[in-house]
Parts: sequence; structure tokens; C-alpha cells
Amino acid sequence: MSHRLRWRKFVSHFMLTMTGLCALVAVAVLFFILGYLVYHGGTSVSWNFFTKLPAPVGEAGGGMANAIVGSAKLLLLATLLGVPIGFFGAIYLAEFSGGTIAFVVRYAADLLNGVPSIVIGIFAYSLVVLPFKHFSTLAGGFALGLMMIPITLRSTEEFLRAVPRALREGAMALGASRWKTIASVVVPAAYRGILTAILLAFARVAGETAPLLFTALGNRFWSPGWGQPTASLPVMIFTYAIAPYDDWHRQAWAAGLVLLGLILIINIVARVILSRGVAVPRT
Amino acid sequence: MASTTTTVRSAGPFTGSRSFISRLRDGDEIARLVTFIFAGSVVLITLLLVYELWRESYLPRHKFGFGFFVTSVWDPVFDKFGALPFIYGTVVTAGVALLIAVPLGIGAAIFLAELAPARISDTLQFFIDLLAAVPSVIYGLLGVFVVIPMMRQYIQPALKSSLGFLPLFQGPAYGVGFLTAGIVLAIMVIPYIISVSREVLISVPRDQREAALALGATRWESTWKVVLPFARTGIMGSIFLALARALGETMAVTMVIGNTPTISASLFSPGYSIAAVIANEFTEATGDLYLQSLIELGLVLFLLTFLLNGLARLLIVVTSQRGSGMGQA
Amino acid sequence: MKRLVSLFLAVLALVTMGVAQGALSINGAGATFPNPMYSKWFDDYHKKHSDLEINYQSIGSGGGIKQVTEGTVDFGASDGPMNDEQLKAFQDKHGFPILHFPTVLGADVPTYNISGVTGELNFTPEAIAAIFLGKVTKWNDPLIAGANKGVNLPGNDIVVVHRSDGSGTSYIWTDYLSKVSDEWKNKVGKGTSVNWPAGLGGKGNEGVAGLIKQTPNAFGYVELIYAIQNKMPYGKVKNSSGEFIKADLASVTAAAAGAAKSMPDDFRVSITDAPGKTAYPISSFTWLLIPSKFSDGSKRDAIKGFVKWMLTDGQNETEALSYAKLPKEVVAKEMKALNNIQ
Repeated sequence: MSHRLRWRKFVSHFMLTMTGLCALVAVAVLFFILGYLVYHGGTSVSWNFFTKLPAPVGEAGGGMANAIVGSAKLLLLATLLGVPIGFFGAIYLAEFSGGTIAFVVRYAADLLNGVPSIVIGIFAYSLVVLPFKHFSTLAGGFALGLMMIPITLRSTEEFLRAVPRALREGAMALGASRWKTIASVVVPAAYRGILTAILLAFARVAGETAPLLFTALGNRFWSPGWGQPTASLPVMIFTYAIAPYDDWHRQAWAAGLVLLGLILIINIVARVILSRGVAVPRT
Repeated sequence: MASTTTTVRSAGPFTGSRSFISRLRDGDEIARLVTFIFAGSVVLITLLLVYELWRESYLPRHKFGFGFFVTSVWDPVFDKFGALPFIYGTVVTAGVALLIAVPLGIGAAIFLAELAPARISDTLQFFIDLLAAVPSVIYGLLGVFVVIPMMRQYIQPALKSSLGFLPLFQGPAYGVGFLTAGIVLAIMVIPYIISVSREVLISVPRDQREAALALGATRWESTWKVVLPFARTGIMGSIFLALARALGETMAVTMVIGNTPTISASLFSPGYSIAAVIANEFTEATGDLYLQSLIELGLVLFLLTFLLNGLARLLIVVTSQRGSGMGQA
Repeated sequence: MKRLVSLFLAVLALVTMGVAQGALSINGAGATFPNPMYSKWFDDYHKKHSDLEINYQSIGSGGGIKQVTEGTVDFGASDGPMNDEQLKAFQDKHGFPILHFPTVLGADVPTYNISGVTGELNFTPEAIAAIFLGKVTKWNDPLIAGANKGVNLPGNDIVVVHRSDGSGTSYIWTDYLSKVSDEWKNKVGKGTSVNWPAGLGGKGNEGVAGLIKQTPNAFGYVELIYAIQNKMPYGKVKNSSGEFIKADLASVTAAAAGAAKSMPDDFRVSITDAPGKTAYPISSFTWLLIPSKFSDGSKRDAIKGFVKWMLTDGQNETEALSYAKLPKEVVAKEMKALNNIQ
């Protein structure tokens, strides 16, 4: 073997090992994050954390019960806003529309998707907070819902399109009208993908903080109804992390663990559902 | 996906001349109308958002004009606002992030696409997708308690003693600053570079690789000299996507950047980014000029990310089409 | 599928029901300076009146002024009194004025994190101004060392920390600096948000304290209780009589003594650099910003009720958190002023 060839082979092995290292580093970061959160947050997650309200500043022993419920309410609103628009909009794109309108809608959705979350916060502030003169769960849910729309729309459209034409045409050959075909054949055929899309969009906005800073603001108590400011997990993590109190730091770790755990579980579940196959499900 | 939609006209005579009302009784028309309304609302919302941003920033646009982008003063007391420190901070932190994330990301993507057996590649990609799902505030949390102390105690002093002659690494080691924000951002955008690059590399047709190997190239040479250039535009697209994400990041950045509108050659210096200043000062901007200047910053950020995202998608689509079409080198 | 839907609806019902208790919810936002006091007060008041929740968010005095003017919160809080422009803006927007109600007295203290220095440093006004102007950059500068003979100050760079958000605490600090340094007054001025010549920004008193605690050689200003609660050393400041005074209940009360007698009707007054041998020079009142008219009668009564409680029982809780009580004359004046809220 010539020297040159030996060198080239060495370079090849070396570089390829390096790429392996890169991949390892990327994955290692994930496990590091998880491990750190489990280590620090695990010790602070307690019954208090889940059931108590925040204590006055400087006193120990508070919890994040209101933040957990607040996040739940915000996400509920977001889903109620984002999923129908994304879902039905996608049906329009996949089943009914012509080329130009589809292009415009997709373009708008991509635009919306790319808007930085803080700018969505500004939008929600001027659209919901100012007119109603209230920071509210509604405004926060609106902001989060806006962020769910593009993800749901694009993914649902893709999965609807992936349903084979034969299924549609079979149904219509049997006399079903367009909408009946969609409702009872196409959508059920794509339901795994659609569910995945919704879950992923949900997980994405569950961790968003910036848009909540000036919409839902925060609350030290329970937030009654939908028109009052509300605490939320991500905002509490932010507030507590930059503060000097050690007790707050511990609670921030615990909240981080709970939040990340929730998001990761949803992601894993969504991907497992998807990988089980996108064909027609057995009823 | 090559499926096209088929529009079915309702059967019956004079289909074209049925009145709107009678067509409405047909379930299909209702379905079409209803779904159109939902789809249209997406466009409406987006238009409204852009309009609001434009409208609510007219004061500084008229008062400062283009000077807004080159002034570096941000003075609420004397009502002078300039975007330069924030643009600088946003660009610098994103630049540092890409410098770190691109080599690592492409390297990992090469490993996943070229070397790893399919199952390992898929499993690792699964974990990397999970990394992309970690919210910004969690990165911020780790940034505050892990990265900042590490920077202040080990990394910054090390850089200072070894490369301190460069203006990049001068100045006191606070722990917070451009470099720290860049590092945290790098971790956040790596998953995007990896997943898109991996897809793009996989879509490069096999005959390209095999031709190179047949001509005597090593695995690495075939990757570096044939596959990568082929996928170049798609990888560029992934970089733009990552850049767009880095520019818009708010929470992680504001927790580690130092929150000071400074322009400095040193990466150790604290700084500010557009998203971070909006997050910190929006709820309290008294005075219309102040508030609208913040909104104009939001508009700038929006336009930047819009352009980048558009470019990114264009590049990715072009590469995928090249790959799946005729594989010309 | 059906089970999923009914489960979903059950959760929905639970969530909505569980929190619609019919409690009256009042929202306030503003200063972080008195946040430890307010959060305790509102918590205690809620225990006494369980149908009333006063939710206070500490987003900074600038935020308090802004949001109460916008009408998105029911009351605001600030340690920098609203200036004439801001008062006019509120009046123009709502058609009636907004009122200031002092709640407690507090102090901005110079706090630091220098390894090896755990005791109290002495700071002259000149030193503080020079540090914040960026002219003095090292801890062992003669301007600092001159007042601290016998203390081993390192030659490290000072890491200045200030507020990144609009802050009444900043207002108090810059108000003081404007009084003691002409250069500061002309170059930077006073305000809740200024163009800081040097330093890092932290969000809220909490953020500044957090930053100083974690950054060696840091120097910044926080409200007294934040330094105490976080066991951070803070220094003495030289007052207008030439004495180095440490911030505590007595010295802060002394600073307000003069103002108490001549309190203007709108309660807007600055007591920084106050005369008096024992006065702490960076003291201040902090105010609740309450609109003079409420369309919702129950909210108005609830707020008035709270202020009354705050001026009587509430004042007994302040000293435990190192805030000084309001002078008696001020309390009496405020009780009368409450009638102006309709």
C-alpha cells in the first residue's frame, strides 16, 4: 500500500470517527440535561410543590399548584383555538382547494410559524389584553393557540394527502358525498398522523414562556375563570431562576423537571403512535 | 406526494347554473365553505399580525427613519432610541451559535446518514428530536446554573490565557455575555441542523456515492467531495432554519446575555438581543415612542426571520428535488 | 373515541369549576422594591378576607405605572412617583386623576460580593457616582480605599450591576446620584430606566440580587430586605452631614422625619440625601398608585378596605421585614385622602 493511500485511509477513519463523536455529543447533551434536571429537581419535587400556593417572598414552603393548573388552562384554550383552525384548514387545503389559494394559505402558515414567540406576545397583548383591559388566561391561551395553528395545519395536511386516492374514490364510488368521504374515510385513515401533529404542537407550546410574559402575566393565587391573570409553569421557572432565593431555585428545578418530563412524554407518545403505521387502522 | 385533489361536482343537470342557496343545501358546499373559512382565518390572522406590527411602530419610523438601525443609543430618559446594539447582539450570538453548531451538526448528520446502520441512525435521531423539543426556559435554567459558572470559572479564563491577545477574548470574565449566549443557542439549534441535514444527505442518490467509491475514493472522500457538495443547498437551508431559530430565541438568551445594550468586540462582554430587550422592557415602556420603538424592533426581528425561513425552505426544496429527480452531479 | 370525549369534557368541567370560586380578584402590578412586604400583606389580608384575592405582580415600577395607565391592572405600585407627564397621561386617558398612597419606607443599599470582604464598606457619594459612571473600575481605587482604611480591597475589576427593567429602585438610586453628582445629573439623569454608562442588567430587585450573589466582584443596589434575606453584605453611605450611615429602621425613619411634617397633598416627595445627622441618604417612600374613580363598586371598597388595614394593622408587620413604618402624620393624612377615591 502506498503512503498516500495509507494516509487517505487514515484520514477517512479519523474523520468518520469524529462525526461519530459529534453525534455522541449531541445525544449526550440531551441526557445531561435530563440527568441534571432529575438530580436537582427530583429532590425538590414534593407533595407541597404540587398542592401549595406560592408563599410570600422570602418564606420557604410554597408550591406551584396554581402554576400547574394555570398551564393546564392555558394549554386547553390554546388547543381549542389552534387545533380546529389547523385541522379544518388542512382539510380545506388537502381536499377542496385549488393551487393559488393553497399556496397563499401555506405561505401564511409558514410565516406565522416563523414569527418569534415574543412577537406573538406583542400581537396578543394589543389584540386581547388592551381592548379587554385585562391580563388574562384568555390572552395567554390566544397567543399559544396562534403558535399551534401552523404546526397543526401543515402536518395534518401532509397526512391527509398521504391517504391513498383509492380510498377516496372507493367511498365516492359507493355514493358518499365529498364531506362524508372526508369525515368517515379520509380523516380516520389519517388519524394517527393527525393525532401526532396535535400532540407535537401541544408539546411545543407547553414550554413557551415569552408570549405569556405580557398576556397571562402571573398570579400568586388561583386564577378564577378565564379573564384573570394566571401563573404558569414556564413563567414561574423564569421568575424563580433569576431570583436570589435558594428555595425558589429548588422550586424552579422541580418545575423544570415536571415541565420537561411532560413535554418529553408527549413527544415520545406521539412518535410511537406515528411509528405504528400510517395505514388504515383497524376499527 | 403526487396525489391531486379531485373536485367532484354534484351530479344532476344544470350543475353550473344552480344558485348559491340551493348549492348550499348540499353538504359538500357547506363543508367547503366552512373549511375555507378556517383556512382563510390563518391568512387573516397573519395579515393582521403584520399590519399591527407596522401600524404600531409608526412613531419611531417617522422620527428616526433609517437612523434607527445605525444609532446605538437606547435612552428612555431622553427619548432617543437606536436599534444597533440589539441587532449587533442578536447577530453576534447567532453567529457564535452557528460557528459551534454547524460543524458539530453536519458532522453528526454525516454520521447518521452515511455510517450508522439504519436502526442506530433512527434511534439517535429520535433522541435528537427530543432535544429539539426542550423548551427555551429550561435551557435558560441550565444556562444560569451550569453554563454561566462554568464559563466564569473555567472556560473564559482558559480562553483569556491562551487566546487573550485577540480582542475577542478580552475583558473581565463575568460569566454572562455574548459567548455564553452563543453557546447556549448553539445547543438549541444543533438538532435542527442535524435533522434537516440528515434528511438531505439521505436523499442524495446512492449512485453518486457508489460512483465515487468505484473510482477509488475512501468513504470519507466520497462523503466530503461528492455527497456533501450535492447536498450543499439543502444543508445551507438547514443552517438558515437554525439561524432563524437562534435569532428569535428569547428566554434562554435573556437569562445569560447580561442585558446591557453594548457593542463590543469582546465576546466576554455583556450584551442584549432584540428578543431579550422586548421581553424585559415591554410591560413597562411608558411613553408611546418608547413602546413603539420596541415594537419596531419586533418588526425588524420578524422581517429577518421571515426572510431566512423563506430562503431556507427554498434551498431545502431545491435540494430534495434535485436528489429525487435526475441525479446530475 | 366517545370515552375520550367524555373524559375531556370531565377534565374541562373540573378545571373550570375548581377555580371559579366567586372570589373577587383584584390585580395590581409594579415595584419590586416593596414586593416582599406586599406579598406578605396580600397573603395575610387574603387569610382575613378569603373572598378577596389581591394578586400583585412585581414587574418593576415602570411596569406598574404603565399598566395602571393602560387600565390593565386595578392599581399600580412604584417607588418613583409619577412625574407630571405621566400624571397628565393618566388624566387624559381616563378623565380623572390617579392618586399616590405611600405604604412603607425603604432604602436602596449598595451591596457587593468581594471575596475576602465580608464586613461593611464605607461609600462616599463621589465613589458611588464614579463607579456607576464607569470612571472607577477597580475595587482598590483610592476613591473607595480612602474611606475604608484597614480593609484589604483586591485589585479586581468592579462588576457593576443595575436594573434592566424600568425600576423605582433605579429611580431612587439615580435620584440620589443626581443630587450628589452634577456629572451624573447632566450625563445620565434620573428615571426608572436610564442609559447606564456601565454594568450588567438584572431583572427586578430579585434579578439584581441574584446576579450580584453569583458574580464575584459585583457591586449594585437593591432594596434593603433583599440584601438581608439573601445574607449579602451591604455598605454604609456618607450622608449630607458627613456621617457614614448604615440603612436600618432608625436611619430610614430619620430620613423621612423632615418630609413627614411638610408632606404635600399628593404625597409625591423625594427624601434622598435628606438632612439630619442620623438619616440614611438613599431612603424613599414607596407608593400605591390608585385611580380616583372605580366603576366597580366592590373593587373600590375592597381596595379602600385594604388601604385602611394597611395603614393600621399592616404597619405593624413592616419592621419584621426591615421596612420602616410610615410617620404618624403621613398615616393621618392618607386616611383623609382615602375619601378621594370614588
